[in-house]
Amino acid sequence: MNMETISTDNWILTVGTFLPLVGVLLMMFVPASEERTHKQIGILTSAVTAAVGILTLFRFDYGHSESLQFFVDSEWITVIRANYTIGLDGISLPLYVLSMIVTLLVMIYTWDNMPEAGNPKSFIMLMLVLQVGMAGSFIAHDLILFFVFFEVVLLPMYFMIGVWGGENRQYASLKFFLYTMFGSALMLVAFLALFFQTGAESFSFAHLAEAGALIDRDVQIWIFAGMFIGFAVKVPMFPFHTWLPDAHTQAPTQGSVILAAILLKLGTYGFVRIAIPMLPQGAKAWAPVIGILAVIGIIYGALGCLAQTDMKRLIAFSSVAHMGFVMLGISTLTEFGINAALFGMVAHGLITGMLFFVAGSIKHRYHTLEISRLSGMLIQMPRLGWILGFSAMASLGLPGLAGFWGEFPAILSAYNPNFGLDTTLYRVLMIIAALGTVLAAAYLLWLYQRTAFGRPNPEFETHTPHPVGAGVSDEHHGSDIHDVTVIEWIAWTPFLIAIVVFGVYPQLMFNVMDPAVSALVERVGAGIP
Amino acid sequence: MLAATLSSGWFLENAWLIPLIPAVGFVVIILFGKRLPQGGSEIGLGSMAASLAIAIGATVQWIQRVNSASADGEHALGGFFGFARAIVPSAAEEGGHTAVFIEPVVRSWTWWQSGGLEFGVGQHIDGLAIMLLLLVTFISLLVQIFSTEYVSGDRRYTHFFAALTLFSAGMLVMVLAENMIQLILGWEIMGLCSFMLIGHWWEETANSKAALKAFFTVRVGDVGLLVGTAVIFFGANDWAVERGSNGFSIRAISAWALSGEASNSVLFWGGVALFIAAIGKSGQFPLHTWLPDAMAGPTPVSSLLHSSTMVVAGVFLVARIYPVFFVGFDILDSAVNLITIIGGITIIAAAALAFVQDDIKKVLAYSTVSQLGYMMLGLGVGAWLPAVFHIFTHAFFKCALFLAAGSVSHSGSHHSFDMKKDMGGLARKMPITATTWMISTAALCGIPFFSGFFSKDEIIDNASHNGYQFFYWVGLIGAAMTAAYMTRATYLTFFGKARGAAAGEHHDEHADDHADDHADDAGHDDHGHDDHHDAHAGPHESPWRITAPLVILASLAIFSGYLNAPAVGTHWFTDWVEPAGVEVAVDGAATHSSDEEHALGFAAITAEEGGYSEGCGFTDPSEGTVCYAPKLSHAEFSWSKAAPSIILVAFGISASLWLSMGVFGDRRHPLKGLTSRSRIARRGHAFLVNKYYLDHLYEGIIVKAVAYPLARAAYWVNQNILDGIVNGVGRGGRSTGDWVYRNIDQRVVDGAVNASGLVANETGHALQPIQSGKVNQYGALLFGAATVGAIVLILVNI
Amino acid sequence: MYAVNFLILGAVLFSLGVFGVIARRNAVMVLMSIELILNAVNVNLIAFALMNDSAEGHVFALYVIAVAAAEVGVGLAMVLMIYRNRRSIALDELSVLKG
Repeated sequence: MNMETISTDNWILTVGTFLPLVGVLLMMFVPASEERTHKQIGILTSAVTAAVGILTLFRFDYGHSESLQFFVDSEWITVIRANYTIGLDGISLPLYVLSMIVTLLVMIYTWDNMPEAGNPKSFIMLMLVLQVGMAGSFIAHDLILFFVFFEVVLLPMYFMIGVWGGENRQYASLKFFLYTMFGSALMLVAFLALFFQTGAESFSFAHLAEAGALIDRDVQIWIFAGMFIGFAVKVPMFPFHTWLPDAHTQAPTQGSVILAAILLKLGTYGFVRIAIPMLPQGAKAWAPVIGILAVIGIIYGALGCLAQTDMKRLIAFSSVAHMGFVMLGISTLTEFGINAALFGMVAHGLITGMLFFVAGSIKHRYHTLEISRLSGMLIQMPRLGWILGFSAMASLGLPGLAGFWGEFPAILSAYNPNFGLDTTLYRVLMIIAALGTVLAAAYLLWLYQRTAFGRPNPEFETHTPHPVGAGVSDEHHGSDIHDVTVIEWIAWTPFLIAIVVFGVYPQLMFNVMDPAVSALVERVGAGIP
Repeated sequence: MLAATLSSGWFLENAWLIPLIPAVGFVVIILFGKRLPQGGSEIGLGSMAASLAIAIGATVQWIQRVNSASADGEHALGGFFGFARAIVPSAAEEGGHTAVFIEPVVRSWTWWQSGGLEFGVGQHIDGLAIMLLLLVTFISLLVQIFSTEYVSGDRRYTHFFAALTLFSAGMLVMVLAENMIQLILGWEIMGLCSFMLIGHWWEETANSKAALKAFFTVRVGDVGLLVGTAVIFFGANDWAVERGSNGFSIRAISAWALSGEASNSVLFWGGVALFIAAIGKSGQFPLHTWLPDAMAGPTPVSSLLHSSTMVVAGVFLVARIYPVFFVGFDILDSAVNLITIIGGITIIAAAALAFVQDDIKKVLAYSTVSQLGYMMLGLGVGAWLPAVFHIFTHAFFKCALFLAAGSVSHSGSHHSFDMKKDMGGLARKMPITATTWMISTAALCGIPFFSGFFSKDEIIDNASHNGYQFFYWVGLIGAAMTAAYMTRATYLTFFGKARGAAAGEHHDEHADDHADDHADDAGHDDHGHDDHHDAHAGPHESPWRITAPLVILASLAIFSGYLNAPAVGTHWFTDWVEPAGVEVAVDGAATHSSDEEHALGFAAITAEEGGYSEGCGFTDPSEGTVCYAPKLSHAEFSWSKAAPSIILVAFGISASLWLSMGVFGDRRHPLKGLTSRSRIARRGHAFLVNKYYLDHLYEGIIVKAVAYPLARAAYWVNQNILDGIVNGVGRGGRSTGDWVYRNIDQRVVDGAVNASGLVANETGHALQPIQSGKVNQYGALLFGAATVGAIVLILVNI
Repeated sequence: MYAVNFLILGAVLFSLGVFGVIARRNAVMVLMSIELILNAVNVNLIAFALMNDSAEGHVFALYVIAVAAAEVGVGLAMVLMIYRNRRSIALDELSVLKG
């Protein structure tokens, strides 16, 4: 069961991950008043980082995507036997590169969409630190290293929501922070328990995957419980999701996009990378619970969406539903399911990220996201309206767009779960999840029909002064309403193209993930007597 | 095993280009359409023409392929892609032609993979696919030509053509689908285009609601598609993988279903789930309610998507993987099954509804629903070929009918579709439109020697042939009803006294048409008169871009039937389209799985002689062979068997004509003279003499008391109960969502979170005084605590 | 026997220091008291080192002296800043950090 490792080009991950810190360092020496310079440094740094990410894509050996590549294993904190172990395989590669590209595009978007609180220096520095945490989480192959990166992500996001957020930002940021900290605490306990149960030898993933399977079933179940809560909060799964709508609604657009595109994936990635392979029997015992909660999440998230009057909150709730599909796929413990989950993670990142971008731009123009006040967007801003329609269609899982490949194989996999899981239960789950796709169509189209179709609300007709002050500083709403700007096009086009490309030719990603997933499922199978 | 090979050719091998061209065309229109002189329509037309050319080429080559097999088994035209195939024509004569299984032209490229299995995207060209490829490209092209006139000047002219082109691409992807996933892809793209096109004039809430309803209702059915595909996949996969294919492949699914190794319950439940999808897409009862509402879209859309092509997707699905349904529902051994029940109800219910519509497009919509019911019924009773043939003929005449309705509204009734208010007597003003309409109506009604007769009558005939007696009568009654409501619509539109706009009256409010008036102005400027002028000029014939497609379609409405007209002894359609239900030898395992082609690997195709109750679909195929289609027998045509339907249709037409004239006609109208020329009409005339009495009796009592309440009741059930359920589910979902959100999410779940925050907060408050900010106090506390600690330590150590 | 004397000296110094920290208002006096406490510890360290005949105590004492120097440096700098800002170094007036 030795995980094969390939160590060529092993500088590339370290450089790619920590490069944003160079930008942070540089920005420290530039006074905060030079906003343009900061934005330039931010874009430049993330562009170079993304370039390294793209280079990683080219250097990756696709013939061996099941083995860890660019592998580094050096001593770090010997006292607690934590090593600096990093590597990339087919499971983490797409997410790793996605995180870099999303950060770059968000950075470009920031060019002329700085949140109202201003101070781009700190904002961009935080985003760069965030990028380090995200990329690091995906390359770490040592529990302590993973945990450190996992927590590094927390703080920048806390500040992004708390400082640059909406009216209720303090509540939302605190909720986000406390909730995730609570999960992290249990997760850390679980990590330590796993460490000591396996003989306190090493925190490396490879070792734990081998030794963890030998732990008693009952102990595995308890340790899995700890990890489950830690990761489930991050995903977020029902009933640990309540931080998400608040955080998303209050976060600035950039924060929402990163949160949806990458941060949520840390949870599901944790399940796939850590919890399931290290604790196969625990995973098997917990799988039905995960499956049931996932499906509740699908239906519940969709119902939540139907009840929303705020567009951004609706999109946030839809994340709960979509991540439900991802978790359903994972809970089947099949190649199909986990492949679907991984694909779904990337697809959801692209699509929901795109939806949040659009919501941010709508807010920027109309200064409201009340669905009942918006209408006829297709007349006022045809391009933005079309992009919203495109994203909505992608989000509801239209084949030919990326969302489908996360959703359909997940539903499919539930028909035949692995390792003797209860087939009847899963088939019921499959049908309920399939019904969830109908609800998804309902809330997205309902949203689209009400906001994009029809005639524009007279309130926002062009060149109409807005009489109601109500704390809004802008005098003219109508004059703000313009179609997609150049910067927005630059930031969005890669998302749109990726959604189509992965939708039309999913093999691009399945090809990379599948061997790694097959190897993973095989290892899990070996750990289940 | 003789070494003979079926002929193939470039067009057959490259049929995958057919959907690709419009797909590329769509992208080009979206990106550059607005900057082109014709607003992108030239790209749409061009791509459809190119696709049609390839489709024609492929059709010709397919026919050659069929002939190369049936004419002489020794044909050796060389294998392709490393496939060696051999054919031994069966000695068994069946239905007057040699039963040979014509190997479909399958190509596949890796599309995605999971668990080490690679799944493809590609083409699966057999008779059914060829027929629909030709049909879809042809009708799409005609409708696009029609549209250049009909929607000219529309604000979203470019988008309209983009969506039409994308739709064609989607439908063609589905038709060629090599596997179920590809089929779903095409299926959903069509759904999207349907949404876009129904809501084309989305400024009006009614249109956008109709679009939403269509997409949503079909999506409900799609749950069945997803579930059914999953069920069938896991049922068939192991069997198929052993043979070098996988459980999504349409070929593998068909072969597996007939292999005798398939579990019957898997087939049954998979079939039920897939059939639910077909119900949604093909507007079958009880999910048909979206289709009449979909008429809110522009007329070309109704004629292309919602009558001739997209809505037959459900029928196509059932026909495509027919063995699943054939075995799962045990079609030849039962007298009733789910498909026939749904099909039968749909025929009658929809036809009854068509009687009470005032909107000409809604009459046609219900008629479409009813005709789709026939196709389903045909598949349900084991009449695969007649059902598929009905898809073929129906597409021509129904498309023509919709385009004629469009022509009427465009040039005759000033954009109104209301037959009672704005039409009547248009036959003389619009002779071409009226003629084509009536030819198509005759085809739809199943009048002998028109195409509909040859297809519909075969379905009805085979229902009785295969032991579905009850549904034989359902089919007959449906035929009579079809004839009757179409006669009523024809009368109201083209005969009788001109009313409203048809009489040249000018409306200030344009009933329910274009949101974009400029569209129409521009359209009419072509003929040198503006909107007002036009209205006063009264109805006139439409320009050539509208009439040309009409004439072509109407002539096909007559002649397409003769491809398979047993009455005159032709059976080309059967030869070319029907897959022979014979055992086919399989060349061991997956030796031929290459990147280009990984279907089941066959080396030879043999045909075993079989009796009536044995052969594919009845007995399991023998070792080393598989079946791709059940062996179906066809009812022999005879005029005596066709007589009941002819009589019923004639009765339907005359009764309806008589009623229509009585109810809607004007006593002084010259057409009234017709009543004295025929016996039935004379009887009607006798009643009509007693005008008050008859009017009272038929309009007041029979029509109002029987027909109206009955049909109205059905319509009421349709609008209130079925629609109500759909709406209620929506509203219920909404309020459940509201309730759950407000009470559970915000109170219970969120409450728990907030409570823990509160506890922490209160504790903080309690401890606040200690935080005095005075350094000395902190010091005191520190040392105090240290002292206490020291004391404890001492005590413990003592 | 020596050790006891040293330890008593240490204890006395420590107590004086503690008294100073708790009771004095003047920040400089508090800092000096802290120095007293640290030196009390140093005396103890040396005493124990002598008693056990090992060098570790000495090393620690040197270490403490170094740290104490740094601490006083920072502390005095803070006191200076406080004085500049508020013209007073009375500790009971400095309760801005009150929770």
